[in-house]
Amino acid sequence: MSSASRRGVLSGAATLAFSLAAPCVIGQARPQAVIIGGGFGGATCARYLNRLGVAVTLVEPNATYVACPFSNLVIHGSRDLAAQQFGYEALKREGIVILPEMAAGVDADARLVRLASGATLPYDRLVLSPGIDMRFDALPGYDEAAAQIMPHAWKAGPQTLILRSQLEAMRDGGVVVMSVPTNPYRCPPGPYERASLIAHYLKTHKPKSKLIVLDAKDAFSKQKLFQMAWEELYPGILEWVALGAGGKTMEVSVKDMVVVTEFDRHKADVANIIPPQQAGRIAVAAGVADKSGWCPIDPVTFESKLRPRMHVIGDAAIAGAMPKSAFAANSQAKVCASSVALLLRGETPASSKLLNTCYSIVAPAYGISVADVYHPARGILADVEGAGGVSTLGASSEVRAREAAYAESWFKTIASEVFG
Amino acid sequence: MTRARATVLAFLFSMGSACAQSPAPSGALSCSGCHGAAGGEIPSLSGLSADEITEAMGAFKSGARPATLMNRLAKGFNETETRAIAQWLASQRSAP
Repeated sequence: MSSASRRGVLSGAATLAFSLAAPCVIGQARPQAVIIGGGFGGATCARYLNRLGVAVTLVEPNATYVACPFSNLVIHGSRDLAAQQFGYEALKREGIVILPEMAAGVDADARLVRLASGATLPYDRLVLSPGIDMRFDALPGYDEAAAQIMPHAWKAGPQTLILRSQLEAMRDGGVVVMSVPTNPYRCPPGPYERASLIAHYLKTHKPKSKLIVLDAKDAFSKQKLFQMAWEELYPGILEWVALGAGGKTMEVSVKDMVVVTEFDRHKADVANIIPPQQAGRIAVAAGVADKSGWCPIDPVTFESKLRPRMHVIGDAAIAGAMPKSAFAANSQAKVCASSVALLLRGETPASSKLLNTCYSIVAPAYGISVADVYHPARGILADVEGAGGVSTLGASSEVRAREAAYAESWFKTIASEVFG
Repeated sequence: MTRARATVLAFLFSMGSACAQSPAPSGALSCSGCHGAAGGEIPSLSGLSADEITEAMGAFKSGARPATLMNRLAKGFNETETRAIAQWLASQRSAP
């Protein structure tokens, strides 16, 4: 090939490169996105932004992520915690920089993330996906030390194993007490799935035992489906006490193993206290959480309503009708990544619909679900009218088994999309 | 020549990302949360044509095709949105 014809080929390639590369900002420094938190929201957002040509640094102090969905089956004894654990090797291989550090604060004016080590990290856009933190100041008697005796198990990991081993060690004829907070909290149907699976464990292994679920609410997600299943499967074992019946936990005593409600004191052999929650602490430090402890966001871009160029996704966000779930975080992360990539190019993101699906396992081969479609409307993420809902009441056992199988299939797929 | 070669490299690099892909239509990015590789209990959408996906969504919406869950989700999208999602999914190299 002569030098002239080679030049011709190259200049042709250069023209093609220019026409395709325009949205990718090639030839300039790549825009920098920093993501805080490597859960279902943050890790998804990192991958999608990276694929859209944005340089991504993911700040996540833990080398291993422990997933909450399906962790109630670890408590049930039918699943290993190892099946819940995921690393970040696949993200690293794609060119995402993983910074194994804790973020301590954010300087919004200088656009810098301050790390616990004292180092700083510049960003063009910041995505916070910090999940939740327990409010250890909210329930008298329940602090971080108390959680070692009365586990919350609302972040999967060591807490999950504490609750599991306590249930295993409990005598037949013991009393398990669960305390459930008022809304909002991570995974609205989660406490009722857990109650179902603990009841199944007791029925199978310790049939003289009892589970009392003390609730700070009168209504909950998939309520009719759960209650019909409880009547059918766990009569005499599972007792749900609504707010109106005095179900709200007022105080706990670790020393006496007592859970105190308005009218009663419940002596427990095992106590699972799910305390009130708030957005992960970095959200407060960054100034994106409001007085409620959660983060108001724009429903199209997930940009914070309190701080520019910061976006909040997942459980920490006030996402209107969308629940705090792994599915929702994943769905939000993809829309947020698209928006951030467009904003970095000076373009305006279009409004997008989002989905949620939450499966709950009530017993082996017995699954139920809630699913919904959302759209930005009147400044929030609202339900799309006429869509969504829960599994059919009174469906056949074949349908319940299929939903249980779909639940497992969903977990495999989403885990692979996020971490695999 | 060096600059041209650098541009070609930059071009090749850009192809590694999803830069050249058209942006996803409203709602389309959520599908891959459940619909993954072939072989799972939840069917893969990989290899389906836009017409097949549109038709399936219509049948879920009307109730003509029985479902555990897709009947509830299909109702959240009008025909234009459904068709756009179907076309985008079908155009993905490794459709979710």
